[in-house]
Amino acid sequence: MNLNFTVADQAFRKEVKNFLNENLSQDIATKMKADFELSKVEIESWHAVLHQQGWLTYSWPKEYGGTGWNSVQQFIFEEESAMAGAPRILPFGLKMLAPVLMEFGSKEQKDYWLPRMCDGHDWWCQGYSEPGSGSDLASLKTSAVRDGKDYIINGQKTWTTLGQHANMIFCLVRTNATGKPQAGISFILVDLATPGIEMRPIQTFDGGKEVNEVFFTDVRVPASNLVGEENMGWTYAKYLLAHERNGIANVGISNQKLTRLKRLALSQKRGSKPLAEDPLFAARLARLEIELRNLETTNLRVLDGFAHGAGPGPESSMLKIIGSELEQDFDDLTRRALGRHAQAHTPEVFEKGYNGPQVAPKNMANQSTAYFNKRKVSIYGGSNEIQKNIITKMILEL
Amino acid sequence: MDFQPTQEHLMLSDMIGKFIENDYNLKDRISAGNSELGYSENTYKTLAELGIVGALFPEGVGGFGGTGYDISTVFEALGKGLVNEPLVDSALASGYILAATGQDALIEKLISGELRVALALIENGADYDWELPSQMAQKINGIWTISGKKTMVKYALGTDAIIVSSTTSSSEGISLFLIETGADGLNLHSFLTVDGGSASDIEFNNTPAILLGGEGQSYDLLASAIARNTLAVCAEALGIMDSIKNMTINYLRTRQQFGTVIGKFQALQHRTAQMLLEIEQAKSAVTNAANALEASTDERNRSIAAAKYSIGRIGCFVAEEAIQMHGGIGMTWEYELGHFAKRLVMIDHEWGDQDHHLMQFTTF
Ligand SMILES: Cc1cc2nc3c(=O)[nH]c(=O)nc-3n(C[C@H](O)[C@H](O)[C@H](O)COP(=O)(O)OP(=O)(O)OC[C@H]3O[C@@H](n4cnc5c(N)ncnc54)[C@H](O)[C@@H]3O)c2cc1C
Repeated sequence: MNLNFTVADQAFRKEVKNFLNENLSQDIATKMKADFELSKVEIESWHAVLHQQGWLTYSWPKEYGGTGWNSVQQFIFEEESAMAGAPRILPFGLKMLAPVLMEFGSKEQKDYWLPRMCDGHDWWCQGYSEPGSGSDLASLKTSAVRDGKDYIINGQKTWTTLGQHANMIFCLVRTNATGKPQAGISFILVDLATPGIEMRPIQTFDGGKEVNEVFFTDVRVPASNLVGEENMGWTYAKYLLAHERNGIANVGISNQKLTRLKRLALSQKRGSKPLAEDPLFAARLARLEIELRNLETTNLRVLDGFAHGAGPGPESSMLKIIGSELEQDFDDLTRRALGRHAQAHTPEVFEKGYNGPQVAPKNMANQSTAYFNKRKVSIYGGSNEIQKNIITKMILEL
Repeated sequence: MDFQPTQEHLMLSDMIGKFIENDYNLKDRISAGNSELGYSENTYKTLAELGIVGALFPEGVGGFGGTGYDISTVFEALGKGLVNEPLVDSALASGYILAATGQDALIEKLISGELRVALALIENGADYDWELPSQMAQKINGIWTISGKKTMVKYALGTDAIIVSSTTSSSEGISLFLIETGADGLNLHSFLTVDGGSASDIEFNNTPAILLGGEGQSYDLLASAIARNTLAVCAEALGIMDSIKNMTINYLRTRQQFGTVIGKFQALQHRTAQMLLEIEQAKSAVTNAANALEASTDERNRSIAAAKYSIGRIGCFVAEEAIQMHGGIGMTWEYELGHFAKRLVMIDHEWGDQDHHLMQFTTF
């Protein structure tokens, strides 16, 4: 047993750090570290920087243009990126659709779609959930009916993250309404400019505009956009979930939040003393730091297990539950640290040219909003209750 | 011992419940909460006309209530409808101070809803401590002026006057001053609050002021006034939690997944049951605090700290659990829950959070 990163890992970490240092725009990093939503252009600009470096597809296999990094290196890259305040790579195309195409797509589909998601041609969004089908995804109703060379799609998707920026959506659709629900689902790629599609924003309760609902009325999609075989979509979606293990614990983001919180606790005062010396606060902070240390090793243990041939299995459920709750706990404690100022809602301090007064410290102007917004991380991507059901079934066999 | 509400209290909470049901539209509340003023002046006046401000003050000063139970009854009922017209921040504590310092003409107008008075106490926004104001007041030729800054003054916009705490050159004790909101040398930087409402940072610059009560003598008075506001937001939180609990139960009874209502899943049943247990405990904490408002200072302080601690802890728990058990729908602006949850969590940031009151409790 040896828990130290190897010399090679350490050299790699340094390389990543240097790269981030030289290439990450301070504007973006500042916004990220203050939990402000980035604009489409800002996200795309970071993708372009990574693409130039050949790191945008760091999680892909080498034969598709990946970096060939092992899982520890990928972990280090994600951790350093988050610590530096780099935007997360948008997962929908590069991390969700790409592995499915590589495994199940046709050669034409791979040759056409994979390069386009790297060079910024396509912005993908994920069309799985429907109003009546969230946790019970297999009950989805949006239908695709074959008509000559096309499918005709009718129905509604919802909660589509950043759909407002997207030009493409990958959907799970029903192609067979009889038999087991899972056995009648197909995986299809849809151009959002196709007639019959309407996208409407859903405002979240923190005021954010990141999710949408998408309505399909007689939308004609070429059958060549079907991925793999008809009625096999559920298998592809499950394959994706099991392979989505890197980065799911968000260790880097929580580490960044820990650093930020420690700094805040030194600058904020309770009475005449720094908040960091408040015994109750200090204990809360210590508990989170311990959890995070534990999680980092849990995460690396899981990755090591994979490297030695285990899984992929329900371990990603484990990482998702612990990681999402810990991230939420950091946002919760950061909000607490702000005291009275947590109530102030002053996102305008981040507007270009703003030179009015500040209430809370500038990088905290959006904290409570972020705390409320981050309630989503234990809901989306399969709620934590559903993850526990998976663990109950697959590990506990209860 | 008698835990039954009196006839008067039943009528009071019934009347507020009816008002909410018939005349208080949550959509309007949310847009008013996110308007510049942070609430609806018309609604505030209506509430005053209904006698709800009067219920917060004793007969001696023109009201018809003013006990701990009067206060908790009113605010629990208002909380159920997420009413955010600033009865706490513009009337309750400030009215108590005005009444105790003989400002009879002002208190009359306050009860009728014509006058609103904010309370400016906090100088360090990270802190909840109101006990050590700096020396902002100065007396020259017998005339008081105030200079300096206060932060997070809730609903200062739209008030007629502001009560400011300060020490003076001749006393380390707390003095209270009354300032006209429109006075010279008063600068409001106003902003919205995340739960829908407004607050201001205030800069005073030789602003003319009237001393309320004795110079350096107002610590006890202010502590009693703050105890009232603290009780009020605890009761408000209780009302909010009650509404959240009902929304959650209704949702669990109707939302279907996996061919059944999600309320059939034991994982959610137990969590909802836990929510109910915690809310019952919160109710007892608020009852204790309401009961102790006129008790000895010691007993009052213990009970208020215990209540605010309990409400802070349980409020956050209830808000988070309810959102989680709703899934995606709980995250939307359109659905009511999120707005209740935001206010509930923010109550932990008013008048001392759970850690603050837990620490206070250890010192009693
Ligand atoms: C901000 C945000 C972004 C999202 N982005 C996307 C996206 O880009 N694309 C997309 O397709 N989807 C997206 N989603 C949807 C997300 O995946 C669903 O919200 C999630 O799967 C839960 O479904 P639901 O909201 O319908 O809740 P429901 O399934 O109705 O669940 C309600 C509650 O019941 C619980 N529950 C359900 N079944 C069980 C059970 N068997 N046992 C115990 N508890 C249970 C749930 O855990 C939850 O607490 C997003 C959601 C959010 C909030």
